[in-house]
Amino acid sequence: MNTKNLAQRCIAVLGAVTLLAFAPMAQAQQVNPTAEAVNAEVLLEALQDDQMVAGRVSIPDKLASGLIKPANKSWASTHTGLVRVLTIVAIVGAVVILGLFYMVRGRIMIDGKMSGIRILRFSAFERFSHWLMSGSFIILALTGLNLVLGRIIILPWLGEGAFSTITAWGKVSHNYVGWAFMVGLILSFIVWVAHNIPTKIDLNWLAQGGGIFKKGVHPPAKKFNAGQKVIFWSVMTGGAALSVTGFMLLFPIIAGTQADWQFYQLIHGLVAAGLSFIIIAHIYIGSVGMEGAFDAMAKGDVDLNWAKEHHSLWVEEMQINADKKDSSAKPAHPAE
Amino acid sequence: MARMKFLCDADRCIECNACVTACKNEHEVPWGINRRRVVTINDGLPGERSVSMACMHCNDPPCAAVCPVDCFYVTDDAVVLHSKDTCIGCGYCFYACPFGAPQYPKVGNFGTRGKMDKCTYCAGGPEADMTEAEYIKYGSNRLAEGKLPLCAEMCSTKALLAGDGDIIAEIYKERVVTRGYGSGAWGWRTAYGDAVAV
Repeated sequence: MNTKNLAQRCIAVLGAVTLLAFAPMAQAQQVNPTAEAVNAEVLLEALQDDQMVAGRVSIPDKLASGLIKPANKSWASTHTGLVRVLTIVAIVGAVVILGLFYMVRGRIMIDGKMSGIRILRFSAFERFSHWLMSGSFIILALTGLNLVLGRIIILPWLGEGAFSTITAWGKVSHNYVGWAFMVGLILSFIVWVAHNIPTKIDLNWLAQGGGIFKKGVHPPAKKFNAGQKVIFWSVMTGGAALSVTGFMLLFPIIAGTQADWQFYQLIHGLVAAGLSFIIIAHIYIGSVGMEGAFDAMAKGDVDLNWAKEHHSLWVEEMQINADKKDSSAKPAHPAE
Repeated sequence: MARMKFLCDADRCIECNACVTACKNEHEVPWGINRRRVVTINDGLPGERSVSMACMHCNDPPCAAVCPVDCFYVTDDAVVLHSKDTCIGCGYCFYACPFGAPQYPKVGNFGTRGKMDKCTYCAGGPEADMTEAEYIKYGSNRLAEGKLPLCAEMCSTKALLAGDGDIIAEIYKERVVTRGYGSGAWGWRTAYGDAVAV
C-alpha cells in the first residue's frame, strides 16, 4: 500500500515539474518565426575571415553542412595570383640573373690550371645522399611546377588529352617520389650538418663576395663555404617545410579540415617556388658556372688546385690528417 | 541565351530532401556523393531555415580558375561543366568552391580521390548529348531534352527554382513582396556578385 502511494505521489510531482518546464516553451512557440528568420545577406556579412555559413545536414557526410564559404574564393585567387606570379618570378628570375651573370663573369675557371692530382671530396655515401635528394627534388619540382604553370605553358601545345595524361602521372609520381626526397633530405642533414655550422670564416668569405664576382679572389673556406652553407640551410629548412606540408596534403584526414589543407597547400607552393630559385642557382654554379666543381658530386674527387682555390682550409686539414696517418704508419685514407 | 541559375527560397523549403533523392536517382550518382544537399540553419531554433544547395554555376567560377588541367568549361547557358576524362582528381576545385560542390568517389592512399563529380545542372558533359557514354559519366542531360533540372522541377513546395536567372529572380521578388518577407537568394552574392534586390 505504502509503495503504491509513493509511486502515485512521484507521478504527480513529475507531472507538475513537467508542466513547469514546458510552460516557457509553449510561450516561445507563439513567436512569429518569420520575424526572426535567418537571412542570407545578414549571415554573409557577419562572417569573419575564415568562417562559413553552416547548418545541419541529414546526409552521412557531415562535412557537407557548410553552406557558403566565401573564403574559398580567396584561396583560389591567391593560387592563381600570388602563387603563380611568384613561381614565374622565381624561375624566370633565376634564369635571367644567371644568364646575365654568365655573360658578365663567364665560367669561373681554375686560375692555377688543373694539377692532375685528385683528392677525395665526397664519399660514395655523401654522393648517394645528395643524388637521392636532388634527383627526387627535380622530379618533384617539375611535376609540381606543372600543376602551377603547365596549364599556361604546356597545355596549349600538348592538347587537353595528352596534357591530362602526363599531369595525372606527374601527380602520382609527386605523391610517391616525395618519400625518397624526405629520406635524401634526412641523410644529407646527417652527413653534412657538422660542416655547415656558421663560423667567423664565413663572415670574411661573405665580405669578399665569395670571390665569385672577381677573378683571382679566393677567400679561404673549409669543406663548405658560406654560400654553400646558405644553400644547405635553405634546403634543410625549405625541404623540411615542404616535407611537413606535403605529408599533410598526402594525409588530409590528419591535416584537419579544408582551411588547413588550403594553408598547407599555400605554404607548399610558396616554399617550392623559393627553393626552386635557390636550386637553379646551385645547379648553375655546380655545373656550367664553375670549372671542376661538378666532379665533386659526379666522381667524388676534385683537382687539387680547384680545392686549394675554393676550399683552402679544407685542403690544409686534409693534408694534416693525411700526414698524421702516415706518421702513425697506417694506410693513408682520405678523410670524409 | 539564358543565364541558368538556381535559387532556393528558404522560406518555402521544408527539408524534405526530395531534391537530393531525385538527383541521386536521375543521374545514378555513386554512393557517398550528393550533388545536392539540404542544409538546415539555426536547426531547432525560431527562424530556422533550410536551403537546398548544389553547384551554383558561378560567374567566373573559381573551380575552373584553379584546375591545373583546365577540365572545366562553361556552356552557352552559363552552366559550369567539366570533363571527367581530363580531370586528374587533384582536389583543387574542392578547395576553391565556396559551396562544397565538387566531390570525389574514391578514398585511396595518399589522398587520391578519383574523378571529380558535381552537379551538371542536368546538362551532362562534353560527350555527345543524351548518349550512353555521357549518361555513365555525368548522368542524364535534361537540358538537351528541353527540360530543367529535376531537383527544381519536382520540388513539392516550389522552393527550389531553376531557369534563367532574371526570370527566377523576378519570381522570387514577387513572392517576397506578396508575402512580406524573404531570407534572401542563398549563395547569390558569392556566386554572381550580387544578391536579388527586393
